[in-house]
Amino acid sequence: MSLHITLKLFATLRPYAPEQADRYAIDPGTTVADVVRELNIPAKDAKLIFINNIRKEHDTLLQDGDRLGIFPPVGGG
Amino acid sequence: MPAPDIRQQLAQAATDRRRPDGTAYHSLSSVAVQQLARGMDCSHRWVEQTALAMEIIPERYSRNMSTFSAEDQHRLLNCTACIVGVGGLGGSVAEMLARIGVGCLRLVDGDHFEDSNLNRQRFADAASLDQPKVQVARKRIAAINPATEVIALSERLTGDNGSAIIGDADIAIDCLDTLQARLYLQTACRGKNIPMISAAVAGVSGQITVFYPEDEGLTTLYGDLASATDRGAETTLGNLTFAVNLLASLECSEAVKILLGRKTTLRGRLLIFDLTDLAFDIVQLAE
Repeated sequence: MSLHITLKLFATLRPYAPEQADRYAIDPGTTVADVVRELNIPAKDAKLIFINNIRKEHDTLLQDGDRLGIFPPVGGG
Repeated sequence: MPAPDIRQQLAQAATDRRRPDGTAYHSLSSVAVQQLARGMDCSHRWVEQTALAMEIIPERYSRNMSTFSAEDQHRLLNCTACIVGVGGLGGSVAEMLARIGVGCLRLVDGDHFEDSNLNRQRFADAASLDQPKVQVARKRIAAINPATEVIALSERLTGDNGSAIIGDADIAIDCLDTLQARLYLQTACRGKNIPMISAAVAGVSGQITVFYPEDEGLTTLYGDLASATDRGAETTLGNLTFAVNLLASLECSEAVKILLGRKTTLRGRLLIFDLTDLAFDIVQLAE
């Protein structure tokens, strides 16, 4: 059985978004780190992870219906 | 003959006006503030504060009412904000806080204006190129609001000068562009026990939050700081003026709320946005 999440990639990470980012299929047991790897996002650019608007770590297990956001480090002033 | 009491002079100089909604108030024009300050050989700030204590509103702040009371406005004139970095974010933050009526701004930047600043930095123009940013800012702010005192510090924040740079500021506003400098600022704010508003931009994206000295701070945004890079996505995406000014506005709004002791701020939360698809999110930083 496949689960689905919504993926939201910001700034320099936008080009890594898959076609069906609003209904991205994952297997049960998939973590944030697995998705980052699948999408070929450089780990150093996936610094700020949030699921359903709460900051989480890379080893967090994803659940059906989660909204996963990934924000790269930004530093400009 | 002794000079007539300032209160008496203020009462004479005040005029009765109405806000656009019809509410009546006592108003004091900027010309009257200037004349009284000259006549009494005192600061514009002191004249305005004395007026506000009498419920006379300096007309320049009339459109801050009734979001701010006369007491709020008086309190803001007592406050000092340290703006660290006077480029894109810092220039706009400095101008907005001066217009709103913050009494003292400590402006910190060791750089001079250059061509690449012209796309976004509030005080960058053809005439200011090669001039120290804080000196240009000081002159512009004096022209905008003479009641705002500016302490121009044309130097870079380092690991050694943080305490002297912050001085007696009530709040620090991070308008910097490197992680290392942000870390110095965080350390300085913790040493002085004051809150810090931190914002950063990349292209049309940005983030802003509020840290108090006892909070986890920058690691919540940048992860393990030892392995973090000094700059971020802005090295690729640049810095766009509307994203910078949006963040500068948010920094000012948070600063004013904190200075006035209002409860709801971004402490413990991070506001992020990407204007490409108008995504705005507020992320809870700790569960």
